[in-house]
Amino acid sequence: MNGGHDLGGVDGLGPINPEPEALESVFHHEWEKRAFALTLACGFWGQWNLDESRHARERQHPADYLKNTYYENWLQGLETLLAEKRLLEDENIQKLSSKCISADSVGDILSRGGPVNMPTDTTPAFHPGDDVKVMNNHITGHTRVPRYCAGRIGFIEAVQGFHVFPDANALGQRTGQYLYSVRISAQELWGRDSHSVYVDLWQPHLTSVRKS
Amino acid sequence: MSDPHDHTTPPSDAELRTKALETLLIEKGLVNSQALNALIDTYENKVGPRNGATVVAKAWCDSNYLDWLRSDATGAIGSLGFTGRQGEHMKIVENTDSIHNLVVCTLCSCYPWTVLGLPPVWYKSAPYRARAVSDPRGVLAEFGAIVAEKTNIRVWDSTAEMRYLVIPQRPVGTENFSQTELANLVTRNSMIGVERDLQVTGDKT
Repeated sequence: MNGGHDLGGVDGLGPINPEPEALESVFHHEWEKRAFALTLACGFWGQWNLDESRHARERQHPADYLKNTYYENWLQGLETLLAEKRLLEDENIQKLSSKCISADSVGDILSRGGPVNMPTDTTPAFHPGDDVKVMNNHITGHTRVPRYCAGRIGFIEAVQGFHVFPDANALGQRTGQYLYSVRISAQELWGRDSHSVYVDLWQPHLTSVRKS
Repeated sequence: MSDPHDHTTPPSDAELRTKALETLLIEKGLVNSQALNALIDTYENKVGPRNGATVVAKAWCDSNYLDWLRSDATGAIGSLGFTGRQGEHMKIVENTDSIHNLVVCTLCSCYPWTVLGLPPVWYKSAPYRARAVSDPRGVLAEFGAIVAEKTNIRVWDSTAEMRYLVIPQRPVGTENFSQTELANLVTRNSMIGVERDLQVTGDKT
């Protein structure tokens, strides 16, 4: 979905105003630390995946998404997931309490992470150098195709592996698809400038383009 | 910035909601207060851009290590103990005289936590996410980095679980620097790509 989160190329958002690196703290308010840690700790229950959690934030009204600070959007997403999945109702609380992580296990869980590459016996449809077109299908559910590259032509820079497909994963289906680094020129995207943008896109979002 | 409770400003809505949620979840036995503290401590004090600077300095000094980074960045970075969440699938992108790399996540805030820690506020901000892909030269100028017209700019939009680490160019005049001294020159911003020319500090010439 191209909601308030899909920001690539949007004009009129003003200056970036970065804080100087040497002066910037990791968190800016005490509650941000707690909202951050709560989001991770609840995520470790395993009741939702990364894409469901992203989608919970993206589904807000664009005006709210843009008005909120980053951790306000995290908090909103967490509240949405807890409510939609009814996790704070009595019958679920008992089930979840066995999944509550202890301080001792934090280091292990974080250093293990959650790889998303999957085994496959298929071969990729595209290869480095192939011209491809990003499908112009503006998916209304969760997707990792930014709207700025829909319908644009680029070429395959690299095959990144066989990775969990977010569009399906956000619906609770952990299936894999080939992932590619796709290089698209600024001319193609914006009609100006000389840089290149590299976007990671999955096979179902790409079609081949016959070389002219 | 701090968040002082000076009794004149009421707590924000987000602060009240966070407190309410934390209290409820702890009461129900669903989260552990010490575990929350450990999560915060990890990213406030343990995992941050010094990890990335260690990788960069080693890449500058050790060509075998650089080759390993090029072919398997996840493994090469993991060999230094930097593994896990938001660094499961790493790739390096190298700056040269003719190439400058810039990393963004236009859709959210994907960032290589294992080597850089949590992203700064500006990286997560709407204007950065919007303009990094459409006007990278303008963005770089806003950070004080002027990139020559003839330099090709490559912008990496982290739309999947691949996480990108920029390897900035080693500053000239650092031939006698130790790996530790080199790591001290590497800024977080240079590993995201909003800074290009690293400054040589210290009296080593």
